[in-house]
Amino acid sequence: MTDMEYAGDLSRVIYIDLGRRVYWVEEKPELFTEGFGGAGAGIRLLVEECPQGTDPLSPKNPVILAVGLMNGIFPLASKTVAMFKSPLTGNLGESHAGGRSSIAIRMAGYGAIVVRGRSETPVYLTIDENGAKFKDASALWGMNSASTVGRILREVEPGAGIRTIMRIGKAGEKLIPYAYVTTETYRHFGRLGLGAVFGSKNLKAIVVSGKKSFKFRSPKSYRTLYEELFKTFCKSPLMRKYHELGTPMNVLPLNMTGSLPSRNLQSNSFAGVQELSGENMAEKYLGRRTACAHCPVSCIHIAALREPYENEPYFYKTKMISYDYEPIYALGAMLELKSPEGYLRLMDTVEELGLDAMSTGVVLAWATEAMEKGIIKESDAGGISLKWGDHETYIKAVKRIVAMDNEFFQALAKGVRHASSKYGGEDFALEFGGNEMPGYHTGPVAHLGYMTGARHSHLDGAGYSIDQKMYKEGIKYSPDYAARELFEEEAWRQILSSLVVCYFARGVYTPETVSRCLKTLGLERDQEELKEVGRAVLRKKYAFKFREGFSLMEMRIPKRICETPTPMGTITEEMIRAGLEEFEKLVKQ
Amino acid sequence: MVKRLSVVDVDLCVGCQSCMFACNRRFGEAGLGRAAIHIQSAGGIERGFVVRVCRACPDPPCSRVCPTGALTRRGGGGVLLNYAKCIACGNCMRGCTLGAIFWDAELDKPTVCVYCGYCAGFCPYGVIRIEEVA
Repeated sequence: MTDMEYAGDLSRVIYIDLGRRVYWVEEKPELFTEGFGGAGAGIRLLVEECPQGTDPLSPKNPVILAVGLMNGIFPLASKTVAMFKSPLTGNLGESHAGGRSSIAIRMAGYGAIVVRGRSETPVYLTIDENGAKFKDASALWGMNSASTVGRILREVEPGAGIRTIMRIGKAGEKLIPYAYVTTETYRHFGRLGLGAVFGSKNLKAIVVSGKKSFKFRSPKSYRTLYEELFKTFCKSPLMRKYHELGTPMNVLPLNMTGSLPSRNLQSNSFAGVQELSGENMAEKYLGRRTACAHCPVSCIHIAALREPYENEPYFYKTKMISYDYEPIYALGAMLELKSPEGYLRLMDTVEELGLDAMSTGVVLAWATEAMEKGIIKESDAGGISLKWGDHETYIKAVKRIVAMDNEFFQALAKGVRHASSKYGGEDFALEFGGNEMPGYHTGPVAHLGYMTGARHSHLDGAGYSIDQKMYKEGIKYSPDYAARELFEEEAWRQILSSLVVCYFARGVYTPETVSRCLKTLGLERDQEELKEVGRAVLRKKYAFKFREGFSLMEMRIPKRICETPTPMGTITEEMIRAGLEEFEKLVKQ
Repeated sequence: MVKRLSVVDVDLCVGCQSCMFACNRRFGEAGLGRAAIHIQSAGGIERGFVVRVCRACPDPPCSRVCPTGALTRRGGGGVLLNYAKCIACGNCMRGCTLGAIFWDAELDKPTVCVYCGYCAGFCPYGVIRIEEVA
């Protein structure tokens, strides 16, 4: 079997032109054999589709959704990669989500979906083995609740159990550059504003379904390897860790070590955090645990919040609201919310309106401090006075950000970089490359990673985990070491996100195991070859970033990160600048 | 020794669908096209899941509506499918009250549980198990 054959259906890319309402399928095996699909395929398609200098909200900006060689084949290969130009950073946009998205796309017989152009009127797409359909979404446009949109599409479209329903909320329709695309209600293409790109295309939702079956040269060796991997996952500590408490298991350890950004990072820990801990949330609020398709871990934790109606005795509603570490950091610790109910209600508002929880939390934290310092007056904020811990006012503020009903909220709706450039307060505007900060103040490498990561995400090079390793082993910060560790980790993760494997599975999907999996698929790649492919994908992403004007040397470093100590001591600007220089050498090699 | 697949407690289901992929792997294939068990949400994943699989009825309606005798009763409950006799009319699929007969698009034949229990070995939460009925 040749490299081209084993990719099978995966090499089919479905192109959809919303303006002309046509679709077609092209065979592009090289996207999946050389780059393995996912992020590797996504960046190639983005370079092909997105001309230099494209306005992210113009019809020329494509939406690319790509899956990879291992989706639907091996367990925990459960993610889809979205690639686009980000309206938040004006540069590379990449976001990953699970749910049923990757299985549905693969089982419908495609390796990637490319959406071009702009529809004149609101539209949603249905995609299956037979192609794509353009359906009227006028009746869905302008709804206040993104979950209602999901509920309706579940009823009117077929494919229960084997489909994904990706949709935007009002924030996406209103082109807020940190609007999400949600899938299966609780998983998100959260970061960098894919939702606004959908909105700019008048694209409300994409429903994909399918149930293909794939053959192997050696069915027996496939089954044997699958069974071995499945057993390994079920026995691994990660399974228990993420199943029991989910990602919020990290709340207490990060708080204890002084790594949890709180009060807009005026502090590295939060006294009220016990209430928002994974342990407390699971004990008092956890209503259901669910999984992404083809992943037995089941890390998705959904709280059941029972609330009385104010004017109606004995009348209650029970809302199911998902919670994770990052939203607890951004909407909980950063805003010093003390009650889980308050946090869950704020989370629910953010979720229903369709915003990225992390960016929203950081924006609100900046705005609160700006009001505290008198940079923003209550009169600027339309009579709203933001205060730490006051969830009721934060809920109002989120609604007004989406309503964009005055100049101040219009500024907040553009992200913290824009708001601080307009009002001042840049020193405590926690953004890196235009993306709001993730929830780890573990040391210098975490922050260096936010700056150097192609997506400006904590998941790019996982700097927090490098900090933690250095802390444990007593390794001192050196720019060369930090840059190299970040680069190699991010490069390897390009392989995982090309296949597309969930990063939680990274401990099992080592280069050796990935090499064995690919062999079962008929593709011989040794560990070093794999790593080289990863480096090439990362450099390709960086080439796109440089082409669009990104500069590591001109990176803005918010003063705040150098003011609040980390477990690794206090960070200095020089440490970070030196690290940026080292990283640039590696990425330009 | 006649066996059937039993749903022990549907509320333990997390919707990972590992059972569906396992069922397909019986044929050494990846994917879902051949699966005879189906997991879907009960109207949104926040409401939990539904397990659709043959429960091996003692008097199966699917067998009664088969015009060619391809789907015969199995002693102790459930059915046996004779592919050679099947004309792919789809009556069985429509006749199953539980919606537990599926369609293999490639073979153009129905897919129904063979009570092997391979899927149960991949359910990490004990939702399903194989049990003896006779």
